[in-house]
Formats: sequence, C-alpha cells, structure tokens
Amino acid sequence: MNLHEYQTKRRFAQYNIPVASGKTATTPEEARIIAEELTGAVVVKAQVLVGGRGKAGGIKLAKSPQEAYDATDKILGMDIKGHTVGIVLIDPASSISSEIYLGITNDRAAGKPLIMASSEGGVEIEEVARVNPSAIVREWISPSLGLREYQARNIASGINLPREHWAAFTKIARNLYRCYVESDAVLAEINPLVITGENVLFALDGKMVIDDNALYRQSELAAQRDTSAEPLVETQAREAGLTYVKLNGQIGCMVNGAGLAMTTMDMIKLYGGGDIFPANFLDIGGGAQADRVAAALRIILSDPDVKAVLFNIFGGITRGDEVAKGILQALQEVPTDKPMVIRLAGTNAEEGRAIIDEANIPNITAASTLTDGAKKAIAAARGEI
Amino acid sequence: MAILIDRDSRVLVQGMTGREGKFHSGQMIEYGTTVVGGVTPGKGGEWVHGKPIFDTVKGCVEATDANVSMILVPGPYAADAIYEAIDSGVALIICLTEGIPIRDMMNVYEYLKNSNSRLIGPNCPGVLTPGQAKVGFMPNYVGMPGNVGVVSKSGTLTYETVAAMSAAGFGQSTCVGIGGDPVIGTTFVEVLEMFEADPQTEKVVLMGEIGGRAEIDAAEFIKARMTKPVVAFIAGRSAPEGTRMGHAGAIVEGGQGTAQEKIDALRAAGARIAENPETIPELLG
Repeated sequence: MNLHEYQTKRRFAQYNIPVASGKTATTPEEARIIAEELTGAVVVKAQVLVGGRGKAGGIKLAKSPQEAYDATDKILGMDIKGHTVGIVLIDPASSISSEIYLGITNDRAAGKPLIMASSEGGVEIEEVARVNPSAIVREWISPSLGLREYQARNIASGINLPREHWAAFTKIARNLYRCYVESDAVLAEINPLVITGENVLFALDGKMVIDDNALYRQSELAAQRDTSAEPLVETQAREAGLTYVKLNGQIGCMVNGAGLAMTTMDMIKLYGGGDIFPANFLDIGGGAQADRVAAALRIILSDPDVKAVLFNIFGGITRGDEVAKGILQALQEVPTDKPMVIRLAGTNAEEGRAIIDEANIPNITAASTLTDGAKKAIAAARGEI
Repeated sequence: MAILIDRDSRVLVQGMTGREGKFHSGQMIEYGTTVVGGVTPGKGGEWVHGKPIFDTVKGCVEATDANVSMILVPGPYAADAIYEAIDSGVALIICLTEGIPIRDMMNVYEYLKNSNSRLIGPNCPGVLTPGQAKVGFMPNYVGMPGNVGVVSKSGTLTYETVAAMSAAGFGQSTCVGIGGDPVIGTTFVEVLEMFEADPQTEKVVLMGEIGGRAEIDAAEFIKARMTKPVVAFIAGRSAPEGTRMGHAGAIVEGGQGTAQEKIDALRAAGARIAENPETIPELLG
C-alpha cells in the first residue's frame, strides 16, 4: 500500500524526522488560507500515488496567497498518468543548497534491510542506479542490531557529506530506520533530503510503501489508504480477498495461483496473434470458496472490453467442486451471454467438471489443458466459438 | 535417492487441526508420507487421522522423532511457528503459509542462517518426492517417479508442469516449490546444487517468474557448475512494469527483473527455454 507524500511526512514527523510545516487543501480557498498562515512563498504539490508529477505540472511555486489559490485551482482535478488530483499539499518554499537521496528497502537476496544514499537527491534512485551506479552508497542492516551509528557515518562519509552535518544526518537515518521497521514499510524514502541555505537538514519529499501482509497490525496506516486513487474494481477485489490487476486486453482471466495466472496471460499473448491479449491478472488465491469465485466473476465481467472469460483452475489447496459451485452461483447473480471457457484440473476436478456439465449452460466450453484453454478462449473472443 | 524428503522422512504438521491442515495432512498420509503427529497449541491430546496432536513442537519431536515440519498456520503466527521448529531441532521446515509480513521473514532469515535447520518457503506448495513422500499441497496424482528434478517459485504452475511431464512419461526425482515471496529460506541455486549432487536426478526443470534476480543467480550457477541439462520456463512475459502480479515478489521494478532479462540469462547459460509450460516434456526429450 502506497502512502501519499503528506501522509509519509506526517509519519516522519512522528519519528522526529524534520519535515516542512505544510498543510493539505482540497479547495483553492483552503490553499489561500494556508498560504496566508505560512506567510512568504509556498509550493503547491499535487498528492497522487504516481511518480513524475513535477514534469506533469503538478508542482507549482506560489509567491502570494492569491497565487496559491490559482495554482491549487489548476492542479486540483488534474489528471496525472491516470490519477486524478483530489488533494494538494501546501509547503513553505525553502532555499536549498544541496539535495541528498536517503532510502531504506528490503534486499530480497540478502534477506535483510538495505539503506541507500546518494548525493544526487531529487532524482529517482533507479535512474541514479542506471546512469551513475557508483554514486549510490549502501549498508545492509542486521534486523537484530538495527542501523548502527557507524553505518550511518559510513553513508555520510560515502556521499561526501560535510562533517558538520554528520550528527544531524545520523539521527535522521536512524529515525528513518525506526519508522521503516515500526511501520512495516517495504520502502521508506526521503528524496530529497535537503540542506538549506541556513544549513538545516530536512525531508522535502518522502515516499512510503507499506507491506500489505502487515496491514493487520498497522491499523493506523491501513486507515489512510486512498481508495479514490485506484480503480474501483481493484478496491472491490481487495475487499473480496482477490488480487486483480486490470490490463488492456479482451480475455478475462480467472486463475488460482499467481504463477499460473501470469502463465495463463502469457499463453493468451503467445497464441493471440498480436491482436488478442489478456484483460486482467486475477488470482483467486488458495482455497477459494464459492462466494469468492462469484465476486471474481462479477469483477471480470464489469470490464466492458472483456469478450470472453477463461477459467484456469489447477486445484491443490483449491478444490474443483468449490470452484464449479462458485461459477454457477456467480452466473445466477450475474447472468451473462459472454462465452466462457472452463478448464479444471487437480484436486476434486472431476467432481467440479460434473457439476458444470449437469448445469448444461450453452455459453460454457470445456477445455482440457492450459494450451487448449487459451486457444479456445482466443477463438471465443474472436467470435469463432 | 532424491532430495530433501523420502520414505524415511518423519513429518509433523504445525496447524494440523485446522480445515486445510486436516485436509492436506489426510492427502499426505494417503500418498504414503510418514506423518507422525501434529502440533496445535491448546489442542494437545486430540487426534487427527489417527495421529497424536501435541501442544508444542518440542513435545512432538521428543515423542515422535519427527525430522520434518510442515507449517500451515495463518500469516500472523507463522514466524513464531518457524522459530519454534528451529529451536526444537527440526532439520527441515517446509512453510506453506501465504501472507507473512516481510519484516517477520527478515527476522526469521537471520535466525535461520545461524541455525542447523533448512527452511523451504514460505508461500510455497511444498516438496514432493514421487512414490515416496509428499509434504504440502501438490495434488497426489500429478507426480511420477523418475529422474527429472523440478524447482519452481509457483504452486499451481508446478502442478501444471509436473502433470504434463508425467503424462508424457518424464518422471521426477523430487519437485521443490521454493515459494514466491521476496525473502525465502532456500533459493533456486541451493536446490540446483542439491540436484547436481543427487545421483537419481539426470535433468532439471526450473520455473521462475518476474521480479528479483534469483533466476539470474540460477543462470550464473548453471553456467559455472551444472553438468546436468536444464529446461527453464519464466512466467510473466505479458506483465506490465511496476505492477505486482499476485506474489509479493513478482514485480518488475525500474526495468529490473523482467521475464526477458531472465530468459536471456538462462539461455546464455545453456538452458533450454520453454515458451509454454506444456511443451517442457518435448524439451526434455
């Protein structure tokens, strides 16, 4: 789960990481009042869960309350890479003498947290890694020891930070680590961490991604999820316990298991002849019950581009008979005449096939294998079945 | 011979009294696995499928000499279950649980590396040595004894492939699901090492997916050390960048971890690449 910049900075402030004293606004009038309170120039920043908002015109400098009003009026409602801006952050403008990148993430190969810094702040770390990899300084953190002071000093010295800032930097780095751990973050990033003209360090911008698997114990963060920033169907899917990602093809896919779901998509692309593609990724998960399958079908069919639906269920923990019942239940609730190709294999697959056969539904075609299922679904999407 | 589990493995199940625990331990017993008991705190003294349930892993190991533990407890409790198995001296821990917070797994990983236990998973379908023992979810009928080692990040994709292999007459030495999470106990490279050393295994099938660089590491190992032929399939060629595809680990970030990058590395290492998992048997021939 991604946090907005303003949510991240509020969280940082709770961990004594210095941040700008800005406030959020959802109307131009609110922005004007905030700018008046802050006095001096402000920066109006679109709050969207996608990168590149600066280039898209989502960040504007305003020298007066009226300019803050006008900038907010322009930014609110703006579309940035498919995300509509509904909220802006008004931060006081600051004089910047240098910018640093500081981030903590999980290194999956090492199985431990990794802190990274670069003197090239304000640029995405992936970009620095590509263009100038030697500019990135790294330290791996033992989960039982935490980030030690010497490691923070290694980083400070590695990015050639002037010694006068080491104490402040070390404090920020260790607070960021504490914030990362206690928030169950998979990414906690200050970019940029700025040194002002007055020689003060603070987080100008921040980003946090929270581990979805840990939200059960992060209720304060979980409550901050901005569902307006994601497609409605993805919200519905999550609430039904499904993983759904909308794509731009014509064949709706319902598969159990992430690896097989990706493979099913790959087979549609492989045999689709360059004009037929998967419409979505959907993993109904292990042990899918009838009601979950019904919810999944409803979500797939809500996509108007879907011309055919492919069910590919290889039962292990998931049982074929339960999936079959789910499909029938869903068809009662969401009747459709779209062609459906059903392939059941594995645990209780025979029982499942028998349930489908008995129902005798005209727009259902059975498939025997993954390849057979993909090819029949492609034919169905072309209107050939 | 086989790797990890065989007919002498003595398996305990942490979480045996739950719905899934009961169903799958029943399937394992039916397959011929020596399941010696189960552990559910607070349910010691009960019986499931004629096997005794203990309150603690320590109690179960002392009474049954179990040397393998299968963990099937919910995510919030799984890390504790793994620590308990490590501290009870269980040599092989196979954790099927999906949805364990990554912070818990990083803590587990550090503890594990200072222990004598091996962890497979989490978020994996388990291990199957056809004709001998099964620990996990793989459907009973898919496997067939033979000489192809299978290692995979995915569950259902493994069933799919193993079933296709068996149907085509290519039996398996052992099938290992290493799991799709970002932090896992045993990597592709470690399983490839075991297959390379196992006399029964003559060929290896590797199934990976987008995200991370475990398949790149595997390619480097194959190039440097493997004498046995490898057939590989990578899932996620149609996946868009920056979107997580179900598995917590399956995401292409900053152009890294793409299917194509992995396919190129494996091909360069001498592996045969399958475009479709159902064509893997043809490439084994």
